[in-house]
Amino acid sequence: MSKGRFGIHGGQYIPETLMNAMLELEEAYNKYKNDPDFIREVETMFNEYAGRPSRLYYAERMTKDLGGAKIYLKREDLNHTGAHKINNVIGQMVLAKRMGKTRVIAETGAGQHGVATATVAAMMGMECEIFMGKEDCERQALNVYRMRLLGAKVHPVEEGTATLKDAVSETFREWTSRIADTHYVLGSVMGPAPFPEIVRDFQAVISREIKEQMMEKEGRLPDAVVACVGGGSNAIGAFYHFIEDKSVRLIGCEAAGRGIDTYETAATLNTGKLGIFHGMKSYFCQDEYGQIAPVYSISAGLDYPGIGPEHAYLHDIGRAEYVAVTDDEAVEAFEYLSRIEGIIPAIESAHAVAHAMKLAKTMSKDEIMVINISGRGDKDCAAIARYRGEDLYE
Amino acid sequence: MSNIKKAFDHGKAFIPFITCGDPTLDLTKKAVIEMEKAGADLIELGIPFSDPTAEGPVIQEANIRALKNKVTTDHVFDMVRELRQTVKIPLVFMTYANVIFSYGAERFMKTCQEIGIDGVILPDIPFEEKEEFDGVCKQYGVDLVSMIAPTSEERIGMIAKEANGFVYCVSSLGVTGVRSNITTDIGAMVKKVKEVNDIPCAVGFGISTPEQAEKMGAQADGVIVGSAIVKICAQYGEEAVPHLSKYVKEMKEAVSKNN
Repeated sequence: MSKGRFGIHGGQYIPETLMNAMLELEEAYNKYKNDPDFIREVETMFNEYAGRPSRLYYAERMTKDLGGAKIYLKREDLNHTGAHKINNVIGQMVLAKRMGKTRVIAETGAGQHGVATATVAAMMGMECEIFMGKEDCERQALNVYRMRLLGAKVHPVEEGTATLKDAVSETFREWTSRIADTHYVLGSVMGPAPFPEIVRDFQAVISREIKEQMMEKEGRLPDAVVACVGGGSNAIGAFYHFIEDKSVRLIGCEAAGRGIDTYETAATLNTGKLGIFHGMKSYFCQDEYGQIAPVYSISAGLDYPGIGPEHAYLHDIGRAEYVAVTDDEAVEAFEYLSRIEGIIPAIESAHAVAHAMKLAKTMSKDEIMVINISGRGDKDCAAIARYRGEDLYE
Repeated sequence: MSNIKKAFDHGKAFIPFITCGDPTLDLTKKAVIEMEKAGADLIELGIPFSDPTAEGPVIQEANIRALKNKVTTDHVFDMVRELRQTVKIPLVFMTYANVIFSYGAERFMKTCQEIGIDGVILPDIPFEEKEEFDGVCKQYGVDLVSMIAPTSEERIGMIAKEANGFVYCVSSLGVTGVRSNITTDIGAMVKKVKEVNDIPCAVGFGISTPEQAEKMGAQADGVIVGSAIVKICAQYGEEAVPHLSKYVKEMKEAVSKNN
């Protein structure tokens, strides 16, 4: 089996035109990942620019209200640009700079990864182009403006379903046509090797911090870590340093959309089957002839028909559990967290909050749960208001 | 060993690509029969895929049209079965890994052997991943066609050494689609292949005019044209056959000037 595998998943299913670019990236990453100068540069940017470490906050009112497990929130929403996405972007862009690249391209769903890429590109003085599904551009108009403000060029993608999967396809197409000076800052733990490994390593700072902060506050490991999963970067980041700690339950929350018994869903592990797409072997929502399904979720960031290969593996071996959360449940959790803790989560993160609300009640008061609040919800306010039948004009 | 080599027995080969079921399988069938008569030496049959990441807009749209018409892998197999009653030239499928993977690689290749498909071209299966399908391809005598690109450089030797059928030389960076100018030194790529393997090399991506076909034909054993053919299907729909026939004749003549 080829390299970059997680069990049977992963691999490098990409056109020959990109193979040398993948090998170049792999070589550069292996050269720098243990290089003290490189690590110092990434850490300095994490701390001085992105505002790390992010807080681990005890949600006291939520804990009391639900009456079960003690709940902590990992506040990735407090990072610069408002989501966990910047962790990976900083890492990849420091790497890209060392590889001599002067231009970066990226896909984006909700716009958070696009904004993070545009932000770091502005800060490093690199040229930046973002590919975003046309439908997502409309759902997340504010983020489109932010990217433009930061100096990036935004290309609305009209192909296919005009959402995240089409944005990924289009970014790969663009990369195939211009490789020498360009790095593709892939935004999740997906795609061909070595991307799932690189993105995971830069996001793993989340679980490293949770572990340290938890030892400091409670003197022990948590009993459960809950995170939302689209491609799966915030979840793998929150899980990674706990994978060997078998007492810690790892729970990924997929977007069920209107329900896993409907066609309007994006819950890959709950409804998909094994396949090969976007450079990797993993699970995908698809029909009986292998045509990729037009998935749906209220959350543009989870609206993806596949899942990263490491999650597929953790699912296969039973180390992590993956549950499905509907639009309705996520919207209720979005409103609940806003009211009870004064924290407006991203609608993506609200999927994790929704499941945690159910789970906490089944756990005892001396058990501890961590919810990864992967992003903040300002970007979603207009859409949620619309969902509730209220039109906002910004 | 399949029949693919025969396509290169009559001088420089002309290889048209057509998306199956765009706009209907009936048109595809008639087009294949007429393109053979017009001089095509081998025909690439595209099995539509929802997300063809190596294709430019022209072939992407053809895939979408075909899928809207509910064309499935089984329908394409049925069409080939009928075609093989008259069509003698080698036929290869061009599609994406997931189409074959979801059908079951063994079941897919076994059917290919039964209906007379000589090879498969999969742009998302590079050398490193070919073992995914290589074993069953060999078992059922279907050539898994290898691709080389302008970025392949030192990889060409390794790829060519294990190549079957013919080597698909990608003419330029980027996706499929018409280009006004191809600057890659195709001759140099072909030479690297021939140093390790005496296998036919056909060049594709971006070729649409007889002038380009003649120029590319001088540097390789065959010329592949996709988007320009698909454009004719998009423009004329069910009436495309005479236009395709005329175009293939012109292109075959242009390529043959190198004989």
